[in-house]
Amino acid sequence: MSVETLDRIETKVFEKTKSLLDTEMHYCPGCGHGVAHRLIAEVIDEMNIVEDTIGVAPVGCSVFAYNYLGMDFSQAAHGRASAVATGIKRVLPEKYVFSYQGDGDLAAIGTGETIHTCNRGENILIIFINNGIYGMTGGQMAPTTLPNMKSTTSPFGRDTKSMGYPLKITELIAALPGTYYVTRQSVHKPLNVRRAKKAIQKGFEYQKLNKGTCFVEIVSNCPSNWKMTPVESNHWMDEHMLAFYPLGDIKVPNVKEA
Amino acid sequence: MIKLMKGNEALAEAAIRVGADAYFGYPITPQSEILEYLSREAEQRTGMVVLQAESEVASINMVYGAAGTGKKVWTSSSSPGMSLMQEGISYIASAELPCLLVNVQRGGPGLGTIQPAQGDYFQTVKGGGHGDYKMIVLAPATVQEMSDFVKLSFELAFKYRNPVMILTDGALGQMMEKVELFEQQERTTEKLDWTTVGKPEDREHNIITSLHIEPEKMERINIHLQAKYKIIEKNEVRYEEIMCDDADYIITAFGLVARICTKAAELAREKGIKVGVFRPISLFPFPYEQIKLHANNIKGILDVEMNAGQMVEDVKLSVEGKVPVEFHGRMGGIVPTPDEILEALEKYIAGGKL
Repeated sequence: MSVETLDRIETKVFEKTKSLLDTEMHYCPGCGHGVAHRLIAEVIDEMNIVEDTIGVAPVGCSVFAYNYLGMDFSQAAHGRASAVATGIKRVLPEKYVFSYQGDGDLAAIGTGETIHTCNRGENILIIFINNGIYGMTGGQMAPTTLPNMKSTTSPFGRDTKSMGYPLKITELIAALPGTYYVTRQSVHKPLNVRRAKKAIQKGFEYQKLNKGTCFVEIVSNCPSNWKMTPVESNHWMDEHMLAFYPLGDIKVPNVKEA
Repeated sequence: MIKLMKGNEALAEAAIRVGADAYFGYPITPQSEILEYLSREAEQRTGMVVLQAESEVASINMVYGAAGTGKKVWTSSSSPGMSLMQEGISYIASAELPCLLVNVQRGGPGLGTIQPAQGDYFQTVKGGGHGDYKMIVLAPATVQEMSDFVKLSFELAFKYRNPVMILTDGALGQMMEKVELFEQQERTTEKLDWTTVGKPEDREHNIITSLHIEPEKMERINIHLQAKYKIIEKNEVRYEEIMCDDADYIITAFGLVARICTKAAELAREKGIKVGVFRPISLFPFPYEQIKLHANNIKGILDVEMNAGQMVEDVKLSVEGKVPVEFHGRMGGIVPTPDEILEALEKYIAGGKL
């Protein structure tokens, strides 16, 4: 084979998905947000629904999600993403609408909106990133911080007697009749990444059925505020976070119905 | 079509007729008839989305989301509920989202009373949420205006990409009057270049946000907003003058109170005191110049409000000390009578204050 022929052979083995923009991300090295963003972009591009999708960004580390994801985006006040998504979906029922929210946003200040959005069965996808800590404000205790886990506002570890218990909001959500598909995934290992992508894809696809809210929790890490290297944080997550927040589907649609 | 209607119902009917796309609300006295009326009428007649939210906080954020699509969206509440919405209103103003907000005021502070009041003037006109922003604020005085201002509000909201507030009170919301309803308009959505409706191939993605983390950018946004407010101040001042031409004294009042003051002015004229009434209709932009024009021709102003004295500050700013400005107010849900207003005016005149 001549050199010219070799040059012409398509050697591309990987291409960045189009909806993941070229903007340099502000996320810390090893943070799960980047992977989660990419999965959303891949699913939307593979389904070819950019033109029909509106995202809602939260307050927190992922407040700038709209800088990295190339679809139309609305940035919500802290905790109100699911209410904002409700507003959009109700006036544009044919569109795909998703919110992307962290644990402080979704399970503390926005608990009311989260529960009522799911209870109304809004036909949206809620993607919930749970890393057990407030990232953007610098490592304060979150509603999902584990017992005895240290944060800047629980410096001696979360004392459940005075600080309360970590909130398993996903299990709570699954109990509501308005939810259609509720699952907990992670993005810290290749296998988990593939599963998480599948879950996100279902979350988008099910919207067309108008059967209720889809809720995908992604247990993630926060190397910077956990004060660990990325690898250490993934090990810690495996050992501690996943022990408390076990991975897997919590509520799956009746296959016959679907 | 002329009908006898409650103020709240005339307002809700007007929103149906103007072709509003969505209403998100939460029950609170004295404006729950709005949500009730819409629940009965709206969806089946025009397809308007009517959603009872879990709180005013949720309602205003639903408005934020839906308004970002360029649809005609609105909400209503009464004073305590409006307080809960202030954060969302600040976001809406910053992101420049057109929408209609209605405050059927009740007496405060706190949980207060369900009776009418005007204690939310400061909150509404001076910005109850955080940061430098303005809403366009319209104060109806009749059930007719409760209807007419809905149409006007949506026109202004889209013209300036700005939230518009109808600031009214429980009395006007609850009382029945004759109202001439405008014709049903079709529900149409104008194609706008900034909305979040799904990104086609041929444009960049649209982002509705109020976050601009670089100070230079945030300042530019602020300068842009202030420039817009200046244009609104230039174009959208609205007011009514009643018997002001030959007046020696002017009573300033907004909303329903201006009608009570008009009766007081008539009683005064029967006694030979030439009194006129100046009613600001737009509270932002405020008719500073128009009030100032009267300052050289009158002996004084009595400002009357159902609060402890809020708009009176703007009246004083208007006349720049050229004439004395006195105040008479009732609070806690008490509506002043024409007689007590006349009495207050006469007392100030007799005491040499006006």
